[in-house]
Amino acid sequence: MSDDSQLRIAQQFISSLPHAKALGITVVEIAPGRSVFTMPYDEKLIGDPATRVMAGGAVSALLDTTCGAAVMSHPESAGLTATLDLRIDYMRAATPGQAIRAEADCYHVTRSVAFVRAVALDDDRDQPVASASGAFTFTKKEPRA
Amino acid sequence: MSPAPEPVQVIKQRRDAALAALVSASPYVRFLGIRFDRRGDELTAILPFDDMLIGNPGLPALHGGATAAFLEVTAVMGLAWSHYWTDLEAGRLDPQEMAAGKLPRLPKTIGMTVDYLRSGLPRDAYARAQITRSGRRYASVRAEAWQDNVSRPIAHATAHFRMPSEDDQT
Repeated sequence: MSDDSQLRIAQQFISSLPHAKALGITVVEIAPGRSVFTMPYDEKLIGDPATRVMAGGAVSALLDTTCGAAVMSHPESAGLTATLDLRIDYMRAATPGQAIRAEADCYHVTRSVAFVRAVALDDDRDQPVASASGAFTFTKKEPRA
Repeated sequence: MSPAPEPVQVIKQRRDAALAALVSASPYVRFLGIRFDRRGDELTAILPFDDMLIGNPGLPALHGGATAAFLEVTAVMGLAWSHYWTDLEAGRLDPQEMAAGKLPRLPKTIGMTVDYLRSGLPRDAYARAQITRSGRRYASVRAEAWQDNVSRPIAHATAHFRMPSEDDQT
């Protein structure tokens, strides 16, 4: 499958998830076991009006979605996944007005569990906004007979 | 003779007005549609079901990110409410000024771990936070979310926060 058609399929998949759509999440890149998504700055996602910084919860939702997509794009994945646990560290406040980009890597899979780490960035790519690591349910593809 | 206690309606009105001001100031809390029920100083967060909270339309199930966000809001608001309760009761925080936008600073999330225990069904969810440690600079909070049965939580979280310091009050 060409990169373009994979990207299109991933984009269609994301648009079919109501919550990802409500947050304005779009696909930047999809590769085997890796995904990069972005979420635009939006006033309705501000957590604390005093700082105008997007809510931690919105960043969590973006990281969770990106991690799930990295699991599903793993070459051995048979399809859907669900989060088992997700740990998020917030290193700094995201800069108001800037989109958040999340990059996730599914670095290990077993027959039933996928392990993922991810990072959330704004325009300053050298200083991450947040990082995440999590475990997701995983179903391995049946080996072909 | 000690002064007569405040009429119950005055107390309730003050507490409810302060809670409403604190919660409704956050656009993200309004976006998710989260409300809070109050009994004395105890809060229960309510996430009314909405189609846009769905993550997996096939099942259908709540988006894990929406569940995480719900727990985080429950923890932040629960911590802020408990932190400012004494000031509110002592009259150092005025609910009218709060409603006009003069809000106390919220705690900042340092990190949060969410464990997903059951898939979230397409119906209302509830959550409560318990402050496990509250210090001058840091606080730790546990939050748990459930739907039909309080004894069958859908997720729980442990979160750590940086408390607002006196000098960054706005």
